[in-house]
This record gives sequence, C-alpha cells and structure tokens, in this order.
Amino acid sequence: MAENLRFAYPNGIEVLHSVDLRIQDGDFIAIMGENGAGKTTLVKTFNGLLKPTDGRVLVDDVDTRKTSVASLARSVGLVFQNPDHQLFCETVRDEVSYSLRNFGYTPDVIEKRVRSILETLDLMPYVDSSPFMLSGGERKRVALASVLVWNPKHIVLDEPTIGQDYQQKDRLRNFIVQLTAQGTTVIIVTHDVEFVAECKPRVVLLSRGKIIADGKAEEILTDDAVTSSASLLRPQISILFSSLAGLPHDVIDVYSARVVVNKMIRGRK
Amino acid sequence: MSTRIFEGFKFAKLHTPIHTMDPRAKFLMIMVVFAVSLMFTNVLILAVILVAQIPLIYLGKSMKRWAGSMKGGLLLASLIFVMNLVTGSSFTYSLAMTVRFLALLSSFSIFFMTTSPDDLGLALQQAHVPYTLCFTFTTAVRLVPTMAVDAQTVIDAQKSRGLELDKGNLFKRIRNYIPILIPLIVSAIRRSIELAEALESRAFGVTSKRQSLIVLQMKRSDYLAMAVSGLLLFLALWVSLYVQLPSFEIPFQLPRLWQI
Repeated sequence: MAENLRFAYPNGIEVLHSVDLRIQDGDFIAIMGENGAGKTTLVKTFNGLLKPTDGRVLVDDVDTRKTSVASLARSVGLVFQNPDHQLFCETVRDEVSYSLRNFGYTPDVIEKRVRSILETLDLMPYVDSSPFMLSGGERKRVALASVLVWNPKHIVLDEPTIGQDYQQKDRLRNFIVQLTAQGTTVIIVTHDVEFVAECKPRVVLLSRGKIIADGKAEEILTDDAVTSSASLLRPQISILFSSLAGLPHDVIDVYSARVVVNKMIRGRK
Repeated sequence: MSTRIFEGFKFAKLHTPIHTMDPRAKFLMIMVVFAVSLMFTNVLILAVILVAQIPLIYLGKSMKRWAGSMKGGLLLASLIFVMNLVTGSSFTYSLAMTVRFLALLSSFSIFFMTTSPDDLGLALQQAHVPYTLCFTFTTAVRLVPTMAVDAQTVIDAQKSRGLELDKGNLFKRIRNYIPILIPLIVSAIRRSIELAEALESRAFGVTSKRQSLIVLQMKRSDYLAMAVSGLLLFLALWVSLYVQLPSFEIPFQLPRLWQI
C-alpha cells in the first residue's frame, strides 16, 4: 500500500507525485504507462530499494523506511528487467539457490525448491549449464526462477514478457494465474498490452508520475482517451470490435471474442 | 557503495574559462600538477598543490561535483593513510601520501569535469594518434556514467535477492562484492560486443584518412596557461633541488609490527 507517495531522486527531479495505491493480498495488478512514467521507480519503493521522500509505503503494515531491503525481500520478490544485471554464478543451480543461501535455508530444502521451480519454468535441462551461455529468453527465466524460488508473498515482475516467445508467454500467464490462486500478490510492470488483455488483471495506469486510471483491464484498455494519454494502444481485438457495428466494446482478448462471435453465428442460423 | 563519486568525473557542458580552454593546454596544466605532486613528499607543499586547484574549480563552476569526488575519494584516502601508518611510515609521511592522492584525484576530476570527450578525441586525433585508438578512448570515457548507472541497478537487483553488502567480517564483505562485479563485467563485455557489431554495420573504419569538421586552435589564453604551467614546473624543480624546505614533523608513529 502506498500513501501519498512522493519520490525524488538525489538530483532533485521528482519522479512520483503523490501516488496513492492500495493493493490487497492476492491481487493481480499490471502497472502500465509510457517510458519514463515512473513505473520502475514505483516498484522499487515496494521492497525498500528506494525510500519515499514524502508519504509512506506499507508492506504488510510495515513502513518500508523502518526496515531493511534484505528483510523486506523475503516477502516482496522483485525481478528486474534485465537478467544480465543479476546473473553471476557458474551454474543455473547455483544462481537459483543464491537467495535461499542468503536467507539461510538448509541444503535439502534448497535442492527441493530449486528443482521444483526449474521444472515449472521449463529450465530443468539447463540446471548445470552456465547462465551466461543461455539465450536471452532463458536467462530471463533463470532470473525469474531465482526470485520465485523462495516463495515470496508478493511478487513484482518488471517487464516479464520481453524476449519471450508466445509459448513461453502463455506458460508465464498460466504460472501467474496459479500464483494468484495460491494467494500470492503479483504485480507486473509491462508495455505488453496483448499480454495484459489475456491475463485481465487490475490495471494501474501511470503517466508522468501520477496514477491516471485504476480499474479492470476491460474498462481501461478500451478507453481511448485514457490509453492514449499513457502512450498505449488498445488491444487488437478491441480495435477490431469497436470498429464493427453491433459488437460489445469491452472485449479485449481472443477467448472472450470467440464466445461473442460464436453466439452471433448461432443467432443467425 | 555509492556511485556518486563518478559525478565528479563526468563532463558537464558549461561556459566557463576552464571549459573553453584548449584540451591540450589543459592537459599540460594537469600534467604539471601531476608531476609536481610526485616530486615532493613534503606535506605542506602537497597541501599547497591541493589548495591551489580550488580557484580553478571555482572558475569552472564545478565546486559541488568536485566536493562529491573528494568525498568519494575519502574512503580510499583513509585506506592509504592507514596502510602507510601500519607499514611503519611516520604520521607526517602518511598524511603527505594521503594529501598527494587527493591532489592527483582532484586534478583528474577538474580535467574530466571540464573537458568534453569529443574535444579530448579531437586533441588526440590532431596529435596524430590513430583514429581507432582515439575512438576507443572517447568511448571508454563516455561509458563511465553508463557503467555507474548499471552498477546501481546491479546493486539493487542483488539486494532484492537478499544480499547485504555491509554484513560480516572484512573478508565476507569483500566477497559480498562478487555478485556485483561479475554481472557488471559480463554486461560491459556484452555491451562492447554489441557496440562493435553496430559500428561495423555502420561501416566503421572504411576510410583510413579521416577529416574533421572542427579543428582545435590554441588561443592566446591557452598559450598563457601553458607558459604559466611551464614556469611553475621549473619553479618546482628549482625548489626541490636547491631550497631547504621547512620540515614539519608530528612525532607519532605506530610501533613496527613487522620488518619490511
């Protein structure tokens, strides 16, 4: 939860201007907005990497200014955009178990957890490979695994879909759905409108350091005025549906479009 | 770890007498400071060298950033001081070495804060240094701020994975930096490969003889600065050879722990 959050970098430029955001446990949220809107800055305040210059951020009722990043990291897992900024071990296994070792887990628990997360993210074949020899998309998944492995209560993913092919995106989507079903809070920062349209999370639109819209994906992604002010385009299906007469305007993904079109076809017969 | 120290070496486009100086004249000036600092071990002289640079920094409107680089250098400076003291040097000598370090640091800080990488490249080119070398040099200088941003991101990423930099004994603390250094080096290498490919696909190095739109020209003030620098160098040489400097000793020395 962020209350009247303001943040300015040491050079005096204020990036976030009084952001108010309440996130419930188990919420699934997409933070979207133009480049430089302050998305990454905002999520860095969630685990205390950046402390608010004014206002406050509470995580599970704990003020982030009053605790360390290391202790917040246990409950808030933050996966950075560029995997090259964090990979450093000789093998994928070491890389993924690094944080577990930091948090002092026992070796058998570590082994079990590493295996399970690598299987989920389709990385088991690379367990003994060097993370540096993997492709961009694979490195991204290793970075993801290295955070998800300690089961943080809240997960923040910065641009998780970059460099992933469609099948992997689909897997990621299913995985996120699974996480939220288990009660994990998932917050993604993304430009990927189609991915958001398929996941249908709560969408928070950020523009120039302010929240300009907050609500259901179906409402926000179909609102031309709102999307264009955050430099976004509506999902393709939504553009198609709104340009055709007699079709509902709140359809944003292929699956619900299929239901609507099916109904119409049956109605004609 | 703060990356603010890099601010004190970053070029800022300002219009001051120091900024508009010819890079070659400025380089000579800095080299004189460099040489003179290495000539003396007298703490008073070294302090004068350090203090004498302050008007130049003031003229270059870079006081604040210079202070930043000094603050960043303090850690290393105190390390130099302690190491000298521990290895059996006198208090005065240790102090002198520390002041010498700060004087050298500050002279480089002035140079890089007030000289644009482009001007520097031009100066090298006009000194008939091969273009590929000039280019490598200017690119390296230009990438320093980018690397600083990268370093901060890496620190943030590893902290988010439970890394605590200032935890544990000295050796553990040094080891804590491995997860920071490796990603930094790897991404620098990756970046350089990408840069090389991008350059080659834009026909880098096709013409062996390059022409330059801007040709550096020395002004009267540049010749004056060079003359003054030269004079100071001779003065320093004369002082170091013929003048008995007032000795300044603080009678304090750590007991020798071992013999070197």
